Amino acid sequence: MLITLEKRPTPSRGWAIATPVLAVILTMIAGGVMFALLGKNPVEAIRTIFWDPLFNPDVASYSRPQLLVKAAPLILIATGLSLGFRAGIWNIGAEGQYIMGAICGAAAGLALYPLEARWIVFPLMILAGALGGLLWAMIPAILRTRFRTNEILVSLLLVYVAQALMASMALGALRNPEGGGFPGSRNLSQWPAAANGELVANTGLHWGVIAAILAVIAAEFLLRRHILGFDIRLTGLAPRAARFAGVNPDRLILLCMGISGALAGLAGLFEVAGPAGQISIDFASGYGFTAIIVAFLGRLSPVGILLAGLLMALTYIGGELAQFMLSLPSAAIQAFQGMLLFFLLAVDVLSNYRIRLATKGAA
Amino acid sequence: MLGGINLATLIASLMVAAVPILMAATGELVAEKAGVLNLGVEGMMIIGAVCGLVAAVHSGSPALGFLAAAAAGAALSLVFALLTQVFLANQVATGLALTLFGLGLSSLIGQGYVGVKPPPTGRLEIPGLSDMPVLGPILFHHDVWVYLSIAMVAVVAAVLRRTRAGLILRAVGENHDAAHALGYKVTRVRLLAILFGGAMAGLGGAYVSLVRVPQWTDGITAGAGWIALAIVVFASWKPWRVLIGAYLFGGISVLQLNLQAAGARIPVEYLAMSPYVVTILVLVLISAERGGRGGNAPAALGRNFHAAR
Amino acid sequence: MTPLIEIDGLSKSYPGVRANEDVRFSIAPGEVHALLGENGAGKSTLVKMIYGLVRPDAGTMRLRGEPYAPPRPSVARERGVAMVFQHFSLFDALDVAENVALGMENPPPMRALAKRIREVSEEYGLPLDPARLVGDLSAGERQRVEIVRCLLQDPKLLIMDEPTSVLTPQEVEILFRTLRQLSAEGTAILYISHKLEEIRALCDGATILRRGRVVGSCAPREKTARELAEMMVGQTLTPPARAERARGPIALEAAMLDLDSPNPFGVGLRGVSFQVRQGEILGVAGVAGNGQDELLLALSGEIRSPTDAVRIDGHGVGHLGPVARRRLGLVAAPEERLGHAAAPDMSLTENALLSGGPRRGLVARGLIDWAKTRIFAREIVEQYDVRTPGIEVAARSLSGGNLQKFVIGRELSQDPSVVVVNQPTWGVDAAAAAAIRQALLDRAAAGAAVVVISQDLDELLEVADLFAALNGGRMTKPRPTQGLTVDEIGLMMGGAHGMEEAHAHHA
Repeated sequence: MLITLEKRPTPSRGWAIATPVLAVILTMIAGGVMFALLGKNPVEAIRTIFWDPLFNPDVASYSRPQLLVKAAPLILIATGLSLGFRAGIWNIGAEGQYIMGAICGAAAGLALYPLEARWIVFPLMILAGALGGLLWAMIPAILRTRFRTNEILVSLLLVYVAQALMASMALGALRNPEGGGFPGSRNLSQWPAAANGELVANTGLHWGVIAAILAVIAAEFLLRRHILGFDIRLTGLAPRAARFAGVNPDRLILLCMGISGALAGLAGLFEVAGPAGQISIDFASGYGFTAIIVAFLGRLSPVGILLAGLLMALTYIGGELAQFMLSLPSAAIQAFQGMLLFFLLAVDVLSNYRIRLATKGAA
Repeated sequence: MLGGINLATLIASLMVAAVPILMAATGELVAEKAGVLNLGVEGMMIIGAVCGLVAAVHSGSPALGFLAAAAAGAALSLVFALLTQVFLANQVATGLALTLFGLGLSSLIGQGYVGVKPPPTGRLEIPGLSDMPVLGPILFHHDVWVYLSIAMVAVVAAVLRRTRAGLILRAVGENHDAAHALGYKVTRVRLLAILFGGAMAGLGGAYVSLVRVPQWTDGITAGAGWIALAIVVFASWKPWRVLIGAYLFGGISVLQLNLQAAGARIPVEYLAMSPYVVTILVLVLISAERGGRGGNAPAALGRNFHAAR
Repeated sequence: MTPLIEIDGLSKSYPGVRANEDVRFSIAPGEVHALLGENGAGKSTLVKMIYGLVRPDAGTMRLRGEPYAPPRPSVARERGVAMVFQHFSLFDALDVAENVALGMENPPPMRALAKRIREVSEEYGLPLDPARLVGDLSAGERQRVEIVRCLLQDPKLLIMDEPTSVLTPQEVEILFRTLRQLSAEGTAILYISHKLEEIRALCDGATILRRGRVVGSCAPREKTARELAEMMVGQTLTPPARAERARGPIALEAAMLDLDSPNPFGVGLRGVSFQVRQGEILGVAGVAGNGQDELLLALSGEIRSPTDAVRIDGHGVGHLGPVARRRLGLVAAPEERLGHAAAPDMSLTENALLSGGPRRGLVARGLIDWAKTRIFAREIVEQYDVRTPGIEVAARSLSGGNLQKFVIGRELSQDPSVVVVNQPTWGVDAAAAAAIRQALLDRAAAGAAVVVISQDLDELLEVADLFAALNGGRMTKPRPTQGLTVDEIGLMMGGAHGMEEAHAHHA
């Protein structure tokens, strides 16, 4: 027997929806095997990760709000990334833009400390956060348009630079003068003018969640109805046809990198002013990288990303829970998330190709 | 002496510092020459680093550690090969997945080994050469992997340039349709190139955890895989220029470490980011010089092959 | 005498297509045998089976009386079967000797191989420098690499797939001399083409394929080109109607157009100047790779030039992009349908929007009017007889001819005043090609200035009022088509790229 692939004349719509679900199921199976190898009961581990955070009465009251808290940055970043990915523009340094958004937003706020006018401080921080991410993303974008430098490598290398900057800020320029010499800035979440707190108690709803939902709606509209969204899709599917249509590729690079950078920066700002609270050496938590998985899991479509972001947030929370309850190592969740992306990429073949079994003799 | 830094020591230690990226970049060069862009170098390196350490600790033999690292790197690259060559998945996305997965899996495997010292890798004393004044300590006072990494560059250069296998590999990377039409097995050639790249990345990673550091911590490779990718671009896909690029980078990282140790007045964080900044600058210079053309890049780089009819 | 090769009942099906069905014929040693058929008649699949690239579903072959079923090309080469491909078998970034080595089973060491290449190429009048990069060679020279690669293996059967589509008339003559020399030495040649005059001049026998089946065989010298064409197409052909057209003022003008090619191995334009009036068709001939793609890109606006290097209705537009030029009335259709003129994975509706936006008002203040776009797509499908299950299918699911009708239709239904097309009927079956040529003539009759860039001389002679040729990025001065002789056309296209001297030297 021989397996052959045959390209479908038109990509299958059914499989396009079914593949992420299939990938999740396959990952659960493979993940279960991995957990079993680690000496844990696989069924229990899977249940702890996917079921308990939502429905176990003992923990749900804590973990349900966490879902939105974790999902918001993932959705925000992934929505921005997906636009570029669709156009074949690979910004994989969102983690760096996320960090820079946090640094710039926090710095802008702290410059005004202890001003109490929230209507000045908070909007200014949001603006500075978005701008910080945007400018950091403009480095690879401009190097690409100006010198044709590979944006994948530059954006990624800048993550390491941003991490070093973060450390230097926590130890130097932004260190809390009243912190007794410990690294880390003032706690923004305890300063009412700058805090990105819960808007409705016990829901996890904060401004970052609202920004994420707005971003999803805007992106959906852009891709469906706006010519810019069409240009983005066209450039990704057929770059030469896009030039023929009159799309300016350099403008598109600047635009996609800019949007993704700004959204990543926003995510960083909302994080530093809320859940994280302060600039610290270990602020970076890998949201910028996990968002890449979220973007693909959502099939690069905004609504898909919304769902994928919630699912991925669940694995984070469930992972923490499993760490606590089953002493499952936290790295297992990271590997689990990587596996999810593998399976997704593997089953994706089904939407573009038909699998045929042929007997060797006739082939 | 140069501002408190001994030049001879600097050269000797840059040769050591360059080994991981030199190995990984040599492997990636072969994969890219076959038309495959594997962005998972970082992931394969770190898997190599952890598996090498674990194997060396348990067997007590650094050589077995390196062997295990090569096998682990190749095993992970096999996943990449399966996804991109059989399931025709996007190479960029798959490479990223490989890195993310590798980072997670490595820290999972390395849990019990944080801070554990591996058995030491001995230096190769070459009678006569090692005792030479000046040159002896600089060039001939290293472990075997320093020489092997240079030898691998020579071997790869010779194979690509002079052998039929190298010619076929280059042909596949240049135009897979034409290679297929002439009856060459595009997928098989690429598969082997990917495996070689994975094994080399694994070796490079093991050098970090077994010789350079030498112990295990999470994220130990710290972006070396990405720098290896950048060096392949810097080298215009030419093996000997990979050596130059790796040594250049090794020099910078050694220099910044020495400056840190010498208590230079620049904050440590800025010194620590310098290798990445310099790599970016070099990439910009290279691409600016080429004036926007792909330079010497294999024409089919990153494109998937599907024999339609 | 035993035939060199006997094909007996070969069949091959792909999902949805019967590429070959029960094909049978034979070729004698030293015979030049033509395989004749339209695009899509199954010629390519058949020769791929003979060369071992595709395994037949049913049927057998015998080579010199022995069973022959090559599982892969290397086996075919060992048994003495060699093939010169139409596309896809050279490596631009490798040198001539390396390219030749890749096509051989056991190549000698490089130095010895280089010497052999020089000897063989001189012997057959096809001089080659083994050290040159293939990407820097002209189309004719590239073909020599392929032929020499085959000759070095001393083939008994040489398959040639559309070899003359990349040659000037003079180069074709030289090639034919080489092939006759080979045939006199006993090598059989399977010659695939749809160019009937060539087949009549060269071939001893012919097998005609239609829809994958053998529909006839003949001695081509005993038939007229028209008879052969009708056997091939299966119907009588009517040449397009050419109405007298009124000439208006100059609508499109290029003045000393200079630009570099965007491709590493492309040819830039050097001082290209011409004028086309309303109602006039300019035909631009030339061997592939002499600046045709670049000319289309420069006219469509994908590559910018100084403002006055390109003018539409007297306005300088060189600095404008494709969208602005479309607004001024210029539409274009590039050679490559899939990936350039159309996005393969997008629906026909989306492909209608691709270039139809500016002139058909499909986008208002950035918002796409999908309802209007669908109406436009449907209009193209109906008016240009595009055979498709609907407008929501992906462009790549259409056959070459239907997609080309869609692309040409999309451009022509935008009421353009200037039309630029490159290779409008390449790879398209005869009926679709005739429809496309007629549409271009009709557009000119309606007052548009039309530029047709094509490598098909017959096509240009059929539709063009003015004739020019591109050679090494330079364009000859346009001349009226009527009264041009084949020799003059050949000279305009740049002669034979130094082949003549070699032959003279050899003789």
